[in-house]
Amino acid sequence: MESVLALGGFVLLRDSVEWEGRSLLKALIKKSALCGEQVHILGCEVSEDEFREGFDSSINSRLIYHDLFRDPLNWSQTGEALPGGPLGALQAMCRRTHPGPVTIALDSLSWLLLHIPCTALCQALGALSRQHAHPGGGSPAEPVRVLGLFHEELHGPGPLGALSSLAQTEVTLSGTMGQASAHILSRRPRQRPAHQTQWFSILPDFSLDLQGGPPLESQPHADPHTAPVDPTAHVTFNLHLSKKEREAKDSLTLPFQFSSEKQQALLRAGPSQATSHIFYEPDAYDDLDQEDPDDDLDV
Amino acid sequence: MFPELNNLLNTTPDRAEQGKLTLLCDAKTDGSFLVHHFLSFYLKANCKVCFVALIQSFSHYNIVGQKLVNIVELRGAVPSTWVTQGVSLTAARECGQLVFLEGLKSSVDVFFRAQAAPHPLQFLREADAGNLQPLYEFVREALKPVGDGQAAWRCPVLLVDDLSVLLSLGLGAVAVLDFVHYCRVAVCWERKGNIVALVHDSGDAEDEENDILLNGLSHQSHLILRAEGLATGFCRDVHGQLRVLWRTPSQPAAQRDRSLTYQYKIQDKSVSFFAKGMSPAVL
Repeated sequence: MESVLALGGFVLLRDSVEWEGRSLLKALIKKSALCGEQVHILGCEVSEDEFREGFDSSINSRLIYHDLFRDPLNWSQTGEALPGGPLGALQAMCRRTHPGPVTIALDSLSWLLLHIPCTALCQALGALSRQHAHPGGGSPAEPVRVLGLFHEELHGPGPLGALSSLAQTEVTLSGTMGQASAHILSRRPRQRPAHQTQWFSILPDFSLDLQGGPPLESQPHADPHTAPVDPTAHVTFNLHLSKKEREAKDSLTLPFQFSSEKQQALLRAGPSQATSHIFYEPDAYDDLDQEDPDDDLDV
Repeated sequence: MFPELNNLLNTTPDRAEQGKLTLLCDAKTDGSFLVHHFLSFYLKANCKVCFVALIQSFSHYNIVGQKLVNIVELRGAVPSTWVTQGVSLTAARECGQLVFLEGLKSSVDVFFRAQAAPHPLQFLREADAGNLQPLYEFVREALKPVGDGQAAWRCPVLLVDDLSVLLSLGLGAVAVLDFVHYCRVAVCWERKGNIVALVHDSGDAEDEENDILLNGLSHQSHLILRAEGLATGFCRDVHGQLRVLWRTPSQPAAQRDRSLTYQYKIQDKSVSFFAKGMSPAVL
């Protein structure tokens, strides 16, 4: 996971409804802030209070929240909205001139894609990455990192492919059995893309807890919502045997089980045994030939 | 409201959470029983409710609300008395607890009556792709905190039945998402209230707008209740299954169960829930 931040450039965080990515975004922001960087956040989906929740004051002092949540389309007409609407707010982020390493977080790219054309967004992302590569005055290039949160289900393959091609690192969130995992695809220049899967969990203070591997198969714990239901409780037939019934069952000999008693009984077949009678009423067309039909066989 | 559903969600009208967006969706079945549940739940929780009802008439919801009886104990009576009570929308509307926008009736006013201010459903008149700003203004006005001298309600609640019909009426998914966004700002963030909205999942791969609406709302929701028809078809004793998904859009997921699945049967006055395969008819 360190490679995600070390590489710099544009990091695309792909999440889904089941595995949300905002906590990972906040964890990466916390890491950047702890390294002494300034973090600018373009917040479109949650309020500033909700976004800052969970960070302590030292982290919060390094976060600058550009609030596009409260009135993105200027419906209130109070003048509090960020000028220029969503596109203006994004372009304003590109024009910052504060020196020093900086991280820009876009929460979220999906919201921006629904409100501004994909081409404009890609151009802005390119401008953000380029800004510190060629600063005015000839000073050395400052690393700039752009973290973009992207909700996969909302977009087709076109925007996803466009953003993916711009990204230096792509992190796709998934998981199993309550444990989240991140599939990290890193693109370094002149090298093959590197794949890595990292299992992790995020602690309440937004620190990253990296796990070695997938969770082990554990006993499913008792679900606190459902009391263990006994399916045999209300059946209409009897599933249990009483003691007498069990004894009778055990002492029963099966009809086709060949025991020594049965063998003797069969060999001893005598007049005392009740023989069976066959009553045969011939039909009109029955052939009652008494001759043995096998007589003409030469065996 | 259905007491069994309250148990599943681990909530009661006294302990209702605030500032939450609850998404109801149904696929291959009718999920409107969830709307009736939340309507009577929040009215019993003493919240001020703004109900944007675009699908059925006022009397429909009123009749169903009165049928959903709960056995409650009459507090303070000696000996203790048990009575059954539903919820009366007429009484709630008269005392100001319920603001009801009857879409079926008032949409006609857009065309046949001159309006001074923009009508909440003004978008029906507009030829090009409109937005829902008039409807948002209506909701904001309806859930405005009242002045002194009137009964103080617990927290404002916006209930919408349903959002998918707005797509059928010509709005784009982004316009509906913007409306819900602004309602979240006004209701959930500013006034610490709740929003409950129903969206149909057509399951149709062709309906991209509905998918964008459903997925976009899912990402913003704290609780998703999804009623699905059984994959094997219609059954007399099991009407469908309910998937409950708890989400925390910006906090690390807590250790509690994040997802539950139950099957249900809708009866005349209540809905019974049971674990999968445990229907009383099968045992």
